[in-house]
Amino acid sequence: MLQNNPFADGFLTTTMDAITNWARSNALWPMPMGLSCCAIEMMAMAGPKYDVARFGSEVFRMSPRQSDLMIVAGTVTYKMAHVVKKIWDQMPEPKWCIAMGACSSSGGMFRSYPVVQGIDQFIPVDVYVPGCPPRPDAVLHALMDIQEKIKHQRHSFRDALLSEEGLAKLEQQREREQEKLVLQK
Amino acid sequence: MTDIIQALQARFSHAIRETTEFRGETTLLVDAAAIVDICRVLKEEYGFNYCVDICGADRFTEEERFEVIYNLTNLEKRLRIRLKVRIGEENPVVPSVTSVWRAANWHERETYDMYGIRFEGHPDLRRMYMPEDFEYYPLRKDFPLIGVPGSIPLPEFDKKAPLKEAGQRYNRGEQI
Repeated sequence: MLQNNPFADGFLTTTMDAITNWARSNALWPMPMGLSCCAIEMMAMAGPKYDVARFGSEVFRMSPRQSDLMIVAGTVTYKMAHVVKKIWDQMPEPKWCIAMGACSSSGGMFRSYPVVQGIDQFIPVDVYVPGCPPRPDAVLHALMDIQEKIKHQRHSFRDALLSEEGLAKLEQQREREQEKLVLQK
Repeated sequence: MTDIIQALQARFSHAIRETTEFRGETTLLVDAAAIVDICRVLKEEYGFNYCVDICGADRFTEEERFEVIYNLTNLEKRLRIRLKVRIGEENPVVPSVTSVWRAANWHERETYDMYGIRFEGHPDLRRMYMPEDFEYYPLRKDFPLIGVPGSIPLPEFDKKAPLKEAGQRYNRGEQI
């Protein structure tokens, strides 16, 4: 691409979506939702040996307002579920979620009355990591999966600029065009 | 240890129903009405100054279904004693020993939370672990292990997950 570049060196043509996705995927700031033993592995992932900084996620934010990836690491009880949901709601869009370990994915070995059998009953999960607890490399892999997911996202730049009302208008317009097409047929 | 038991038996002959010793552990089965007096004597005269634990048990029998177990320790002489109180199902009430050991407060709250045994004279008998509006007592034998469906509310799944209807799970596990 650079060889045919009409602007000489130092220029690169791309789409706004691609560059938005690139920026987002390489600076995913995690919100550590460490609830039990999985949190230790999550810290190991952030430590020097596994070094999540290589993927741009070294900044563990203790404030949900500044983070865009929630790692739910550990057993979620019914009482804690409300707290997890509240923190999730406080995170700004766009946001992603990793269910780390068997407990947060499915309740794990705690098939009993106080434990929620999977956090996907109340928040949308992007990647599930199996293991009890999963190794730090497995969580790194989950992070890379999310990066991959972000890189394939369409209209991310447009969605970031438009408000919800604008998006709704776009949706209506698209529906109208669809109807026209159907009528033409 | 034996002299303490003998002294207690002489003093509370009507209240102590049974004394057992098993592998060096002494257990007294005591009437519920006398538990506070016995505990106070044990603490003030025999130095059982540490209330290690108070817990409950569901024996699931016709009579005297519930049991409250007190584990006490004399830290100075390194002695341990266990007291047991049995109560019926219809009216599970035991006098509180918070006036003897203040540490009994949370132990009794936990026992109340798990078995529904009420402690008379407890300053603040609320649930310890379960939500306050929970209606059941989870460690009773007739409580299902997986819980009662819908008894504890979950936060609502309001955001539509990609490609799925709101609230629908990705993995098709059983919802409780």
